[in-house]
Amino acid sequence: MTNKLEMSAGKLPEIGASQIALLEKLCNATAVSGDEHEVRQIVLEAVKLIADEVKVDALGNVLATKFGRSDKRVRVMLAAHMDEIGLMVVKKHEDGVFEFVRVGGIDERQLPGKPVLVGREHLPGVIGAKPIHLTTAAERKNKIDESAMRIDLGPEIGEKVKPGDRATFATRFELLGPSIRAKALDDRFGVATLIELLKHAPDQIDLLAAFTVQEEVGLRGARVAAYALDPDMAIAVDATPAYDLPPWDDEDENDRYNTRLDAGPAIYVMDFGTIPDRRLVNWLVETATQDEIPYQLRQPGGGGTDAGAIHKVRSGIPSVSVSVPVRYAHTAASIARLDDWANTLRLLHAALGRVTPNLLVGERRG
Amino acid sequence: MKSLIQKLVETPGPSGFEYAIRDVIREAIADAADEIRVDALGSLIARVGTKTDEGMRVMVSAHIDEIGLMVTHVDANGFVRFTNIGGINPLTCYGGRVLFMDGTQGVIGMDVIGPGKMPKLSDLFIDVGATSKDDCPVKVGDVCGFERPFLDLGKRMVAKSMDDRIAAAVAIEALRRLEHTPHEVHFVFSTQEEVGLRGATTAAYGVDPEVGFAVDVTRSGDTPRFSPKMATALGDGPAIKVRDSSFIADPRLVDWMIKAAQAADIPYQLEVLEAGGTDGRAIQLTRSGVPAGCVSIVCRYVHSPSEMVDSDDVENAVKLLVKLLSEPIILG
Amino acid sequence: MTDFIALLKKMLSASGLSGFEDPIREIIHEAWTPLTDELSVSKIGSLHGLKMGRGEAPRRRVLISAHMDAIGMMVTAIEGGLMRVTEIGGLDHRILPGQLVTVHGREALPGVVVQPPAHLLPESAGEGPVEMKYLFVDVGLRPAAVAEKVRIGDTVSYAQEPLELTGEALAGHSLDNRVSVAATTLCLQELQTRMHDWDVWAVASAQEEETLGGALTSPFDIRPDIAIVIDVCFAKSTGSNDWSSIPFGEGVGLGYGPNIHPALYAAFEEKAKALEIPYHRDLMPKMSGTDAMAIQVVAEGIPCMVLGIPLRYMHTPVETVSLKDIRRAGRLMAAFIADLTPDALDKIQWEE
Repeated sequence: MTNKLEMSAGKLPEIGASQIALLEKLCNATAVSGDEHEVRQIVLEAVKLIADEVKVDALGNVLATKFGRSDKRVRVMLAAHMDEIGLMVVKKHEDGVFEFVRVGGIDERQLPGKPVLVGREHLPGVIGAKPIHLTTAAERKNKIDESAMRIDLGPEIGEKVKPGDRATFATRFELLGPSIRAKALDDRFGVATLIELLKHAPDQIDLLAAFTVQEEVGLRGARVAAYALDPDMAIAVDATPAYDLPPWDDEDENDRYNTRLDAGPAIYVMDFGTIPDRRLVNWLVETATQDEIPYQLRQPGGGGTDAGAIHKVRSGIPSVSVSVPVRYAHTAASIARLDDWANTLRLLHAALGRVTPNLLVGERRG
Repeated sequence: MKSLIQKLVETPGPSGFEYAIRDVIREAIADAADEIRVDALGSLIARVGTKTDEGMRVMVSAHIDEIGLMVTHVDANGFVRFTNIGGINPLTCYGGRVLFMDGTQGVIGMDVIGPGKMPKLSDLFIDVGATSKDDCPVKVGDVCGFERPFLDLGKRMVAKSMDDRIAAAVAIEALRRLEHTPHEVHFVFSTQEEVGLRGATTAAYGVDPEVGFAVDVTRSGDTPRFSPKMATALGDGPAIKVRDSSFIADPRLVDWMIKAAQAADIPYQLEVLEAGGTDGRAIQLTRSGVPAGCVSIVCRYVHSPSEMVDSDDVENAVKLLVKLLSEPIILG
Repeated sequence: MTDFIALLKKMLSASGLSGFEDPIREIIHEAWTPLTDELSVSKIGSLHGLKMGRGEAPRRRVLISAHMDAIGMMVTAIEGGLMRVTEIGGLDHRILPGQLVTVHGREALPGVVVQPPAHLLPESAGEGPVEMKYLFVDVGLRPAAVAEKVRIGDTVSYAQEPLELTGEALAGHSLDNRVSVAATTLCLQELQTRMHDWDVWAVASAQEEETLGGALTSPFDIRPDIAIVIDVCFAKSTGSNDWSSIPFGEGVGLGYGPNIHPALYAAFEEKAKALEIPYHRDLMPKMSGTDAMAIQVVAEGIPCMVLGIPLRYMHTPVETVSLKDIRRAGRLMAAFIADLTPDALDKIQWEE
């Protein structure tokens, strides 16, 4: 017993080659909201040996539980969504190209001229655009409308693609010095983080990991997962935009950065869906301060995480969100720092180790 | 009752930060309630009465949060940028004063915007009198409400948070005056209504009522060139809601409420609100569904720092609520 | 089959707007009484019909949700004996002027929707399509009589009687979604003579057009193992020819997207092929816009299928359907349900 405790206490989670390899695999998989199959397979494979219980529910969420060992265990739900924004093919046109619609929040200006991967077989295709020679100046002032764009998989695609198939940006995961460039870091960061936390779950809590579906189309998986798990508290682990770019007018200070790279995990104080319980915000901030882990408060405002659904379930579940800051989220290629991810994992692990029943004693005070 | 109203409207409590107003209400009802608890989202839930054979478990919900602001950024010169908590009209912000939860005060200034342009929230900032980021007493995530004293115009009353403290006052007063009830009544002073009926959602699940009433303000169609036309007016009595944009009140309950008002000779008006929602929706849609209605207090200039209600409407709303809770509820 | 058309016409002549479903519920109650073992009304007005499966309890449960509420209008103000109205559900104000309606006051009052002349409206409002807030409903009564018979919050429904067109096409108001109630009734009829292991909960749900209220609440107590949502979908016609519509009268829509469990989609597709019932994949890339949006996320989550009956001119008083598609939907549901074995749920898994 003593040995085992020492082992787990000494074994801090870290981001090494195997964690990065798992993240790469997760990012390169396709899991557009409503069709999370590929990521679910990777998650099931990863958690089957480390979790005590694993279940796939009616919506396709993976619910993996790691029970603690002490007497009064707090039931802590961690949620990370498996789905990503993407495209659905909706119609084959007579000239052999495919019409599509966006699933989740994608700026249509991000689409023209991008390679995509279509369907379970990851068939390569391109979203073309009219040659500039044939466009007029007036045309170039307007956005290219989604309904005017097509996916082209070449002249002999035949029946290999059919309406209903999903597609994502074709970008492959790559390390760029201190950074990662990939698609779908929102929220494969969270998925990979939860897997690491399951491996290093502290003993005084039951860790209820929910790998959720359909976050990008309305936080739908998290709602039913929270109902089923009925936790004492919850943390959504997600990715959030870093808009830490220079403003056009260089006399201005960028006061709408949301988060910044290299500033550590982003702790939420308010977003569109949740006003987090300040007891949990303070617990995270105090943990970071004591353990000298860098952190930032995400600027309050729009956006949302699975916490928006979770905290309203049943009689209410105290919830908070923590995100890895990511530049260019919801585009073909987002960029994030490995250090920010590592610090997010460190913070969550350290904070979970400090959870006691006293954390939620008394009334919510903001 | 006016002193209670003044106390309620002058206590800050933006959505999610209702702890101070909750304490005020707890004190006001402590002697009259049979049991008081607070749920996970901070709603104060007070039970009154015991269910008899002809009684039901009834939820009455008045939200205690108000619209407010949260700090997003403090710039190098100590100016404070903010975002909204609930529906804020930027038009009513400029020149206003704010009160932070720790007592810090400030005024709202505005960037220069083009002539004839409407300000956006991002064009506005709070000046707390700081000279730099270093001596600014507020930081990202801090919360403030609008500051405006209670104004007693005799028959009419004005305050920054009549929405929905006037309904809280009505619920408190009804709770105190309720002498006999066949029901087990749960008065819910709910949180986070302005950001999406969140407190009432979890409270309704916890209370598991058989019938429910929201108490809230509604708009008043009696100001000049009001659009779209709305048949509500200050002073015409409490409004019995038929629908708003969040839910359709149970028509059986509406009919019963009308009959109750008529029987007790309480003036009332009927309300169809085209833009706005209430806790009634959260009650109606919880678990396997609950017949739900709403008693509204007609209010001018909703979501401005000067919301106006009529004293007689308030008194009659209390009477109506007491009447509704004093007898068996007959659903068609 | 004549009684099915008669029932449908009766339903199409009845009111029953979202939140005010009493009139339509009574008709369905009567129709389902001989077809079910138990009937009850939910706390917010949905009708639940239970047709018990054979075999020992506990039995698996399949819920069929067909919303019975209809779109319409509601009185917001009364001025000089004329009524101002707002919408219940989504109405295009451009189709309203000149429509015959019924105002459900203290008695049913026939009336008409009135577009005032431009010179009586604000300058900009009179030229293009006139917004709903400027329209009136006139019931031909003098102001005193209106004051006595009509109050704020009374509902206003379309008065258009159903019309039989050529080729088994039927037009009218509220075909959305009374045609699905008719298909559900056909399904229950067919199940009278077929054995089925599962309990069937036929739900005529309330408030779909406003809050999805019936679908959010009914499954909470019933706790079905799976749910079949039947609703109308867009049929190809004027203004709806893109990927989101399917041909008129040429088969049912099988919903495909996040609200639909892929194993149920596959099972329905297989069943339709086996029975040679024509169908089209009805793509719902994001939300389905049906009761399935709500049912899927009730409690711990419920696997849903969405079945569509193609409809032209949705949300107008001249919605048009092919009776053939209604029959096909009823038959397909009955066959699917009759073939559900006690262990069928084991096959409704995500990992194929």
